[in-house]
Amino acid sequence: MQLVGVRGVAKVFANGVQALDGISLDIEAGEFLSVLGPSGCGKSTLLRIVAGLTTPSAGTVDWSGGKPDIGFVFQEPTLMPWATALANVALPLKLGGVARSEREARAAEALGHVGLKGFEHTWPRELSGGMKMRVSIARALVTAPRLLLMDEPFAALDEITRHRLNADLLALWERSRFTVVFVTHSVFESVFLSQRIAVMAARPGRIVSDLAITAPYPRTESFRTSPDYAAHCRLVSARLGEAMAA
Amino acid sequence: MTARVIAPVVMGIVMLVLWEAVVRLAEIPPYVLPGPIAVARTLVTDWGMLAPALVVTLTITLEALVAAVVVGGLLAILFSLSRWVELSLFPYAIILQVTPIVAIAPLIIAWANDVDLSLLICAWLVAFFPILSNTILGLRSVDHNLLALFELYGAGRWKTLIHLRLPAALPYFLGGLRISGGLALIGAVVAEFVAGTGGSASGLAYRILEAGYQLRIPRMFAALVLISAAGIAIYLLLSLLSHLLLRRWHESAIGPEG
Repeated sequence: MQLVGVRGVAKVFANGVQALDGISLDIEAGEFLSVLGPSGCGKSTLLRIVAGLTTPSAGTVDWSGGKPDIGFVFQEPTLMPWATALANVALPLKLGGVARSEREARAAEALGHVGLKGFEHTWPRELSGGMKMRVSIARALVTAPRLLLMDEPFAALDEITRHRLNADLLALWERSRFTVVFVTHSVFESVFLSQRIAVMAARPGRIVSDLAITAPYPRTESFRTSPDYAAHCRLVSARLGEAMAA
Repeated sequence: MTARVIAPVVMGIVMLVLWEAVVRLAEIPPYVLPGPIAVARTLVTDWGMLAPALVVTLTITLEALVAAVVVGGLLAILFSLSRWVELSLFPYAIILQVTPIVAIAPLIIAWANDVDLSLLICAWLVAFFPILSNTILGLRSVDHNLLALFELYGAGRWKTLIHLRLPAALPYFLGGLRISGGLALIGAVVAEFVAGTGGSASGLAYRILEAGYQLRIPRMFAALVLISAAGIAIYLLLSLLSHLLLRRWHESAIGPEG
């Protein structure tokens, strides 16, 4: 079942820069889709348009079953420094008018799902970069959204932490099967995570190929070193190379 | 911590001893420069006259500071909510700030027709601008992604103000408050000087003027000591308040070892 259809979306910024042109993309419910492209290709803008944070200059975003709850994870953890981990995670519920006891219980549960049980009353400055990102993911998932949008969430983390978060994200996705649109500029990350990769080219931002990654889940660290993974990476890299040459 | 207290205290004692020694050795008469011991003695003997004057000055200072917080804070919030209000009013706030208070104080005193009220207005005029400009800066310095997040979850202007803009502006507001605390005292003292030349005031500045006319220099120094002490006390109290409010989360209130 289709969750959302992006139809002929273009975006021209006020300064005249054409960020996106003729983007069409169907996203299935429960799918893990990565949007892969070089910096400046407009992939973050596309994500913001899907979220409704930016209005497209042309084209539409069609929600077949009505716009669902959306979770958004930014490149930075984007936590409120004046609030504890629990209060940060509870924020979407607070803004939605959920009663205090219920939102704290649900926030604590969400923190547990990202492996941060016991850190409820910790302040953001006391957490490591990876832990902050986990809090950010818990906040995005606390409303049990049907769509999770992630804008290069792990780009600023070290490789060990990034691999661990990749695995944990997949585990969360396999359990709840929400739809994920994951923006990244890493070929290896997109192949490891996704069922499908949309490769973008820049100036103007457009989708140049749409590839399926057929490897079965669960994908573990052994997948990361398998010939199948390497073959997929080679193919995706080639497509990305063509996109950048185009 | 210890070095931070000991160093200025030792420095102060050395200066006081030097001062007393110079006054005694050079036999400088007290109506030119009294030594610290003479000043301290005057502080005790004239306490009955200086203490009520201190209360008068401090009352005006605190009232002006409260008014500055209320008006400066509310104006900042109003400006942050409406671009048009800000565009229309902010230039006038700047005009009020850059016009020397000494120059407008006589006008205010003439118009207000009440000494306490005019002093309050003068002190408030000097004190409110740092709070206004700092709070505006703080309300604007909100993380753009957090703003996007609030938008995504459908938080309106009001919820965004309460849960995001105000907490983000708090450190800036407190920085402005610390500046305004000192300025309110300066504004009160300056206004008293202007009003005092008309012979109608009872605060510390008026006592300094009066003592000057009567060549009671030790009393001038005693009043000066009280003004400085009041300024330092206000600064320390506001710093403590700032520390208590920010110690959990803001970098400025957290030591290098966390």
